[in-house]
Amino acid sequence: MARNALPKFGKGIFSWRTRGIGDLATYGAVPPLRFAGIRLNPGSGKAWAWLLLSLRITFEAYDDMPSCTSALSRSESQAPLRQEGTVLEGCYRRAGKLAPWFGWISATLWAGGLYLVFSVAPADPGRGEHYRIAFIHGPATWISMLIYVLMVTAAATELRTRQRLASMLASALAPTGAMFAFISLWTGSLLGKPVWGVWWVWDARLTSELLLLFLFLGFIALKEAIDDTGRADRATGVLALVGLVGLPLLYFSVHWWRSRQGVPIPDVRIDGGGGVTAAIVMLTISLSLACYTVAAALTRLRIVILERERGSAWVSSGRV
Amino acid sequence: MNWASWSEFWAMGGDGLYVWSAYLVALIVAATEIGVLALSRRAILQHLGRFTTLKRSSVRATGDNDAAR
Repeated sequence: MARNALPKFGKGIFSWRTRGIGDLATYGAVPPLRFAGIRLNPGSGKAWAWLLLSLRITFEAYDDMPSCTSALSRSESQAPLRQEGTVLEGCYRRAGKLAPWFGWISATLWAGGLYLVFSVAPADPGRGEHYRIAFIHGPATWISMLIYVLMVTAAATELRTRQRLASMLASALAPTGAMFAFISLWTGSLLGKPVWGVWWVWDARLTSELLLLFLFLGFIALKEAIDDTGRADRATGVLALVGLVGLPLLYFSVHWWRSRQGVPIPDVRIDGGGGVTAAIVMLTISLSLACYTVAAALTRLRIVILERERGSAWVSSGRV
Repeated sequence: MNWASWSEFWAMGGDGLYVWSAYLVALIVAATEIGVLALSRRAILQHLGRFTTLKRSSVRATGDNDAAR
């Protein structure tokens, strides 16, 4: 890849080289996508769709502004949904049945993934052995973003429909998301040091992942700080929605700002790996982390349900 | 297999410190989360257990069934 041929923008440490927003096809990383003879630009289209979708969800939530703002000053006990106790009880039991399965699937995939990372994937002469860190760094970053999207979806559902289960799910996802954001930053730093000689730079990618970690931590802190659970749900929901706007920046910065990070690892073919590509290794680890997320979130959801429903009949009757 | 010996495997071509601290910290953080989950589950169940036994004993003592609700 002739990086020097790319046009340069900005000055000094703020400079970057790019050939158009998210145009993966120009790098030969993916085959150019054509539809009815028109060449599509995959990166930018997705970026704009995402941005519009996040703005749309935000405005939808503010659409019923009167109910939203009055909800901020209302306690949750005033508007309980009928049959909600039954739903929560069923959810508690189903989560208890599903969580171990996801845990075991995750452990199996993790073992297989580690085997692929350390035994099948050959040494990369161009990069050195530290490139194996990317197999945890990439999936952890993806999963942290995915968790954020899921969390925002749950929080937006709560804002609109006032189902407490949705906000419980959001608070069950947040700590795991913070954990993966931390792993992403930690491994990214360890990957950056041998490659570029620095632990940290204030570029768009690292800063936006740090922002994601702070969004998760802020979500948890805000939830803990407000005693009234109904108000806490709404305040954290709005916080999560506002933070969503920054997420495309993180997701597409790997393609927009190529100054620091070369080709994304999944595009690299592993030669001599018996047909195993880096993408397969990445996918295995990603699935393992995704299953871990489901298992951890379901387990935490059970705890959150018990904590918040401890006054209800089905919990206090000792059937749990 | 890429590695001739275990020592070569742990050395990771001179990048052992980076590679192993990345994977080790990821594992430690995940193990911590699992531990915290197990502890908080036990804590809430203990709390609920005390709560329900207290309620049941108050029902038995007073004969007041409404206290159980």
